[in-house]
Amino acid sequence: MDRRESIKTMLIGALGTGALLNRCAPSKAERTKLQNVYDFSSYGRTAEEKQRDVDLFAENFFTDHQFETVAVLCDLILPATDTAGSASDAHVPAFIDFMVKDAPSWQDDFQIGITWLDAYSKQKFGYDFVLLTHAQQMEIIEEIAYPDKATEVTQPGVDFYREIRNITLTGYYTTQMGWDDLGYVGNRPNVWDGVPEEVLKKHGLEYEPEWLAKCVDQSKRDVTAEWDEGGNLIS
Amino acid sequence: MEIIKSRKEYDAVIVGSGAGGGMSAKILAEQGLNVAIIEAGPYFDPALDEYRTQLRPSWESPRRGYGSTRAFGDYDAAYGGWEIDGEPYTQADGTNFGWFRSRMLGGRTNHWGRISLRFGPLDFKRKDWDGLGDNWPISYDDVKPYYDRVDKMIGVFGSKEGIFNEPDGFFLPPPKPRLHELYYIKGARKAGIPVIPSRLSILTKRLNNERGVCFYCNQCNRACQIYADFSSGTCLIFPAQKSTGRVDLYVNSMAKEVVTNGDGKATGVSYINKENGSEQEIKGKVIVLGASACSTARILLNSKSSQHPDGLGNSSGMIGRYLHDSTGTGAAALVPELMDRDRYNEDGVGGLHVYTPWWLNEAKLDFPRGYHLEIWGGMGMPSYGIGFDTTNLNSHFNETVGGYGDKLRKDVKRFFGSVMGIAMRGESVPQYNNYCELDPEVKDQWGIPVLRFNYQWTDYERLQAKHAHDTIESIFDAMGAIKLGNKPGADRDYGLMNPGVIIHEVGTTRMGDDPATSVTNKYNQLHDAKNVFVVDAGVFVSQADKNPTWTILALSMRASEYIVDQLKKQNI
Repeated sequence: MDRRESIKTMLIGALGTGALLNRCAPSKAERTKLQNVYDFSSYGRTAEEKQRDVDLFAENFFTDHQFETVAVLCDLILPATDTAGSASDAHVPAFIDFMVKDAPSWQDDFQIGITWLDAYSKQKFGYDFVLLTHAQQMEIIEEIAYPDKATEVTQPGVDFYREIRNITLTGYYTTQMGWDDLGYVGNRPNVWDGVPEEVLKKHGLEYEPEWLAKCVDQSKRDVTAEWDEGGNLIS
Repeated sequence: MEIIKSRKEYDAVIVGSGAGGGMSAKILAEQGLNVAIIEAGPYFDPALDEYRTQLRPSWESPRRGYGSTRAFGDYDAAYGGWEIDGEPYTQADGTNFGWFRSRMLGGRTNHWGRISLRFGPLDFKRKDWDGLGDNWPISYDDVKPYYDRVDKMIGVFGSKEGIFNEPDGFFLPPPKPRLHELYYIKGARKAGIPVIPSRLSILTKRLNNERGVCFYCNQCNRACQIYADFSSGTCLIFPAQKSTGRVDLYVNSMAKEVVTNGDGKATGVSYINKENGSEQEIKGKVIVLGASACSTARILLNSKSSQHPDGLGNSSGMIGRYLHDSTGTGAAALVPELMDRDRYNEDGVGGLHVYTPWWLNEAKLDFPRGYHLEIWGGMGMPSYGIGFDTTNLNSHFNETVGGYGDKLRKDVKRFFGSVMGIAMRGESVPQYNNYCELDPEVKDQWGIPVLRFNYQWTDYERLQAKHAHDTIESIFDAMGAIKLGNKPGADRDYGLMNPGVIIHEVGTTRMGDDPATSVTNKYNQLHDAKNVFVVDAGVFVSQADKNPTWTILALSMRASEYIVDQLKKQNI
């Protein structure tokens, strides 16, 4: 029996109140503050922006139960693969925990969404979403992960899933882990000298000689520019 | 309020440290003048790590680049934005004008798009061409020598094309097109629309030993730590300070009004020291206003005296009038050939490598004046917003929208770098009835009256936007691209963005030969006060479809040399 099952067994009956469930629920991801994961001491902020960050980090928006639900959902949306970590490996729950404070327009989506999800889970399986078995959770995810499958009953869940899916993807693909998974290789000093030859070939494209003749000769980029009187570059 | 007056009198007091103010400071200081610059925001130097956002990966921002405090994202080099606490502006009924202000050394030049286009011969004489608005009192030939010098002083890449109204300059060589830009070139040509290399003030080649050469990170909007792109602080003010020692900076100093004496002549500028809220005054023989078109108009309107009861320089009642912004709209498309792309670093410079200049001057159209097209796209840095509804793109291929796990990962990877866009930026026709004025009631946190905007687009601009959408559609069709979103119709003004939103607001202190219909003469000098000059885009009579910065720089250089000349002749 897995841990969730055992807790469920324990709680069957009189103990099934929200507060107790919250306290006893297994924590898939610790409520790690984002600033414990990354260094935000200097990223080009003004004094006012620095203070704003300090204030936001000092607050909480999610209850522990809400945070835990977010953490469970994130990893159902993006579990680990053979080559890449899961959403919580990339600290996505902590990112969302921050974003709902930084961009309050998310708050209603999460408040309403989690409330709906728990109500639906209880109706279907008798417990809050985080206490369900993985198979039960996936059964619900299957119902809300595809907009085409939405019914009148599941529509609020589909709407919420879209929001948490979006922010989970953003939270994941804006980390080093996400960049590696995506294959993004920019944001480093380099000398752009056109689309790689093999890529051009694949696309059946080529640079026209007339166009190329206008472009920078990167072997002379460090030679100081000089022009003749007609504005022709001569260096 | 007690006004603290400084004892030192400067030869020139410059208000604003953006393109106009920075250029003026450099020219005047190099000619031996002692100069003070008053800047409303703090000091800023992107070479110092405390200000640097360039090359920071998304995760160094807790919001991954989201724009909760900066309109264009967490790493954008603009302190301020559309709304600033304590510094409101208001709208007359039916107006929805956006006013973007950067409060920092260098102003909006720190984050701008670096598109550096000269106005052409037609752009100074549009009334001769279409009978609308007014001609400038100067021509392209008057400004050409200054454009040439700006090119060599600051650096701009581009190519010699010999297009009459898109004058060539002293160009650095442009970078090679990116992959989506090659697709654009192919599609545009098929649709019969020209494409040429873009013209951006970014150093693709060494210009001097004070500035570095572009290392292609695509982040000019974050301000460059090696000064490889143009911003006023890094390319004008710092060099002028270093070489002359005659430029004093007053940062966090909010200009309030130009102070005049009993003869109506300007003697200085009063400003709020934002660090302690006190009002201070700084004296100058010449006052140079480069606060941006609308801020300069506000300062002048607030500079009331018995000699200038309607505001300094406003005997014509023209201050604030003829306010106009570029038109703007655009569309995006999915390019199927760009799905499942090979990965490589295609950052390039911070902006487009190719663009379409206006090509229909001779055509008979149902609107006046033209526009150019800017191209965006590519495998840009994944930051806040990546993955948002990416899965919806599957609907164009009758494939499943939504899901989780590997399916979602596949969606994000498959569509990364496959969406590109075309943005139109065009010329509006200046209108007397589009203007900013002092709000009779609302004041900012220091008690200074604020601006109220009055602005409506006309059918000239609406029909231009309509034409642009037809053009963009024809290019996307020729590319075989899948257009995203619905084409905006008449009910949405054909996608025309609100005035001010393109951040090319100009015209509020326009130049002219007739003091009854203009605020400054053709040397940017107030008709009503000989020792006050305007060096921002307020003096523009019409805005062309070009971005205003290169013309601000050229005119500020011209005006500043005129100041030196007039001081020597003791005319001011």
